[in-house]
Amino acid sequence: MTAPSVAGKREEIIANPLFEYLLRLGDDRLVLGHRMSEWCGHGPILEEDIAMANIALDLVGQGSALLKLAGETEGAGRDEDALAYFRSEPEFRNAQMLELPKGDFAFTMVRQFLFDAFSVLQWDALATCTFAPLAGIAAKALKEDRYHLRHSSDWMLRMGDGTEESHARAQKALNHLWRFTGELFESDAVDAAVHAQGIVVDLAAIQSRWQQTVFDVVGRATLAVPPAGATSSGGRRGRHTESLGHMLAEMQIVARSHPGAKW
Amino acid sequence: MEQKPSKAAATDDPALVAAFEARIAAGESIEPKDWMPDRYRRQLTRMMSQHAHSEIVGMLPEGNWITRAPSLRRKMCLIAKVQDEAGHGLYIYCGTETLGTDRQTLVEQLLDGTAKYSSIFNYPTLTWADIGCIGWLVDGAAIVNQTVLAKASYGPYARAMIRICKEENFHKRQGYEIVATLATGTPAQKAMVQDALNRWWWPSLMMFGPSDKDSPNSAELLKWRVKRKTNDELRQRFVNLTVPQAQAVGLTFPDPDLKYDEASEDWKFGAIDWDEFFEVIKGNGPCNQDRIAARRKAHDEGQWVREASAAYAEKNAARSTEAA
Repeated sequence: MTAPSVAGKREEIIANPLFEYLLRLGDDRLVLGHRMSEWCGHGPILEEDIAMANIALDLVGQGSALLKLAGETEGAGRDEDALAYFRSEPEFRNAQMLELPKGDFAFTMVRQFLFDAFSVLQWDALATCTFAPLAGIAAKALKEDRYHLRHSSDWMLRMGDGTEESHARAQKALNHLWRFTGELFESDAVDAAVHAQGIVVDLAAIQSRWQQTVFDVVGRATLAVPPAGATSSGGRRGRHTESLGHMLAEMQIVARSHPGAKW
Repeated sequence: MEQKPSKAAATDDPALVAAFEARIAAGESIEPKDWMPDRYRRQLTRMMSQHAHSEIVGMLPEGNWITRAPSLRRKMCLIAKVQDEAGHGLYIYCGTETLGTDRQTLVEQLLDGTAKYSSIFNYPTLTWADIGCIGWLVDGAAIVNQTVLAKASYGPYARAMIRICKEENFHKRQGYEIVATLATGTPAQKAMVQDALNRWWWPSLMMFGPSDKDSPNSAELLKWRVKRKTNDELRQRFVNLTVPQAQAVGLTFPDPDLKYDEASEDWKFGAIDWDEFFEVIKGNGPCNQDRIAARRKAHDEGQWVREASAAYAEKNAARSTEAA
């Protein structure tokens, strides 16, 4: 087991690393699920509209369960809705890749594929962690995300090995998204702290297995793995792209306009 | 869709028509491979495709609030509901295909503006309370219609309705739960839901179609048991079911003439503005153009996706032939 590396130059004392860790897991799913839900009613084909709604539903459901658990862990009386609707951009902990606008179908599906390939490995590791509530969520989510990965992998092949246009769109999306993928594998003091609490996720090993999956599918899709280059990260510390604020403004508007109301 | 006088109808063999009508009278179910009058096939194709289109267009006004749903539970319920509508659309398009018209043709009719869909979806969803009112009133009205359609003479449609009604019942309960929550919430929430009810009430009553005396298709559809109740009967049933539900949560109706009639045990309602109904049908509702534009945009932007899928399937088929 390699020691978790520390990303970022700034070291902070994190009061409740388990809470922080659950926010990262939950925000990843909530934000991506929200982006996917934007397709609802606007998909390229009816069957795909249904599939994308299903994926959105799974992801928002996972996010909800994780934020609920995070709120319980925090013990400050915040439930999943308080965490989803009453935090601002810097308090969100999702990876930047997941908040980017949905773009065209190629962008949405390539992003989904890159995340699915990571997510199944993350859930696989978490399903055996000694923190039972999280292991339970992970076991259920793993089943869901395996379907998501199959679905998004199939689309990688169809787009990459479909027409000239679909190939070009998929490659463009892959090139654009590549710089954001590294963030998924970064670890810091939060990971180290939850490691001591029985949440053991070997991100280096996951990265290597993720690369195998991604390189294999990208290759079969006749697409090219983009060269290593500039990277973008910071979401785990609340440093986001400009997109997240707009997304949250829309997502939170009704809830924030009626503080204290029940829905 | 306007029905042109059918040439085939004139040539339908009277003996076959008589046998067909005897089967209907005996309560038998008509199946896709059975003989049926051309006019019956056309009427069903019209009704079923309009129903399928309504499910698909109906995804838009509700989808409008998915990204703003005020709690995660409501967000999930709404995604699931809109997904159900897509499923219903798919299911009924497949049912319509059993009558000999393929989905692509039907979708083209929707996109080129020649097909109709429920006029209710040409009204805008302006606040979160509209999502409650759509579930409660629009799905509620659909259930009243579809419960009767579940006994329709055409087997595939009747069976589709049984399945769809189960889900619509769930949607209605969710919608009413939203309405009840808002109606017993803060003053702002209560005002929001009353405003939504005021806007959705009359269009919901129009969902049952023109009054029987002005409904050109009704007599024939009743004779063939495609419909089992008249538009006015179904509308009255809906009003009778809905009024007490509103009263239970302290909401009022935008109808000064609404009153209970002891003799008939009906809630009598005021005159429906049929001019508005026909204007919306003609394409002059608040959102007709937006709805079709949104469907066209999704269709056009999805073109390359469908082409990629077809090209990949073709390549794969060629590869497996080579490998064999």
